Amino acid sequence: MDFVAQLTEENAYMFNSLWVFCAAVFVFFMQAGFACCESGFARSKNACNIWLKNFCDFCIGALVYYFIGFGLMYGEDWHGIIGINGFINPLNQDLAVWDGLGLSKEIYLLFQTMFCATTATIISGSVAERFKFKSYLIVSCIMTGFIYPVVGHWIWGGGWLSDLGFADFAGSTAVHSVGAYAAFMGALMVGARKGKYKDGKVNAIPGHNIPMGILGVFILWLGWYGFNPGSELALDEVTFYTAITTTYAACAGGLAGLFVSWIKYKKPDPTLAGNGALCGLVGICTGVASVSTTGAIVIGAICGTAIVFSIDIVDRILKVDDPVGAISVHGCGGILGTLLAGLLSVEDGLLYGNGTSYFIAQVIGVFAVGAFAITATGIMYTILKKTIGIRVTEEEELNGLDLEEHGMVAYPDNLK
Amino acid sequence: MSGISNVVIVFKPDKFMVLKEVLKKLGILGMTVTHAEGCGLQGGRVEHYRGAEIEVDLLPKTKVEIVVPDEKVEEVIKAAKKVLKTGKMGDGKIFVFEVGRVVRISNETEGLLALDIKK
Repeated sequence: MDFVAQLTEENAYMFNSLWVFCAAVFVFFMQAGFACCESGFARSKNACNIWLKNFCDFCIGALVYYFIGFGLMYGEDWHGIIGINGFINPLNQDLAVWDGLGLSKEIYLLFQTMFCATTATIISGSVAERFKFKSYLIVSCIMTGFIYPVVGHWIWGGGWLSDLGFADFAGSTAVHSVGAYAAFMGALMVGARKGKYKDGKVNAIPGHNIPMGILGVFILWLGWYGFNPGSELALDEVTFYTAITTTYAACAGGLAGLFVSWIKYKKPDPTLAGNGALCGLVGICTGVASVSTTGAIVIGAICGTAIVFSIDIVDRILKVDDPVGAISVHGCGGILGTLLAGLLSVEDGLLYGNGTSYFIAQVIGVFAVGAFAITATGIMYTILKKTIGIRVTEEEELNGLDLEEHGMVAYPDNLK
Repeated sequence: MSGISNVVIVFKPDKFMVLKEVLKKLGILGMTVTHAEGCGLQGGRVEHYRGAEIEVDLLPKTKVEIVVPDEKVEEVIKAAKKVLKTGKMGDGKIFVFEVGRVVRISNETEGLLALDIKK
């Protein structure tokens, strides 16, 4: 029986608003998950810095998105490229996006704000332990005020990619890939941490609190129950279905990461198992409502397997130092998830005999967003590097960003 | 000479409780404990962290320092060997040093009177 159809419009409005509000709060909590994950996998001398970066990118992101980003993303479409109205105070303006919304527009804005901030916060992991704090704040502004909203407009704001048939339910590409490209360019341009590569050899720099890192994985997973089911922007059967596909993709990804690391490195690595689950979660975002439960498990398993190799390639071959695996979790998962949805979506996927049009749209989307995000963030980091600089001094790096940039330490042991 | 020695025992952390028990039985109530790391003949081992090789050559150890009258030293060494020895590498080491002077801060007593030994 279709219960949703029996709701009055007012009831549906309240249910939808209430659910999406809860989902937004779940996604907000992902900021804490990112902070746990990143600081746990980094050294203790930089823990405060990482937490503060995760804190600030949300504070900045929410306001910048309100004043600029939302308009660029959901304002009136200009040639499929950007939105051109709805700036400063989108809530008090008569925008097309508010028509027939089916839920509170404040809650809609809130949910979109959480997504925007999530994209920005991905970067702090890959550039951890050496990126200058004030430059990071500027990066947050540009990510939330320009780069994410532009891609978001292409995909969700009525832009050219959505016209092309590209579909990304919860943001494998729109959120995660964009964050990953920015994270990749950041880590590439800021350079590896001191001591990471010596004479062409990779030196492991172990994180200071692996349980906190894995707690971060749990918190992120929890947040994903808002991220994916919330992306329906309503409370209905699709919402419930996505909760299940989200779960199975994460489990399959976690087990894949576990077993592949076990085989490859002789022992099951908890950090790689955690990364595997996250990569499965990133990967399922696109197809979360359109693939079968088996499809979700396949996507999770492929992403969880791929990430172990991706981390190795980024670390050893590309020699890009990513202390937490953010590039691989969000990039590898984002790209694979977007493409796999094109293959495995029951209604329009290639492997279900629905022709190639959806898959081709997904391929175009991956390349277009990749080209834009890599170019735009490349320009952003280059300008910052030439002006205020993006890297702390060698001395600051050795002493730790906590002490040098914030004047404190995370775990003082002489003050009992 | 003060007739007092500092016995330093470095061993595997899991043995701390049994060592403390056996020292207590000898009437030794005072000790200074440090959580330490060390290496020796036991050597290191190669592990992986997120795919990158990492040599774990410092292993966790506990360092206990006990300051006792010289005549107690043999007893302490014997008791420590008894509870700490497994016969494998990594059991640890015992070092004995002469102590020049001992002062108890709270009541300013010195020498043997300043030691935390039960007769």
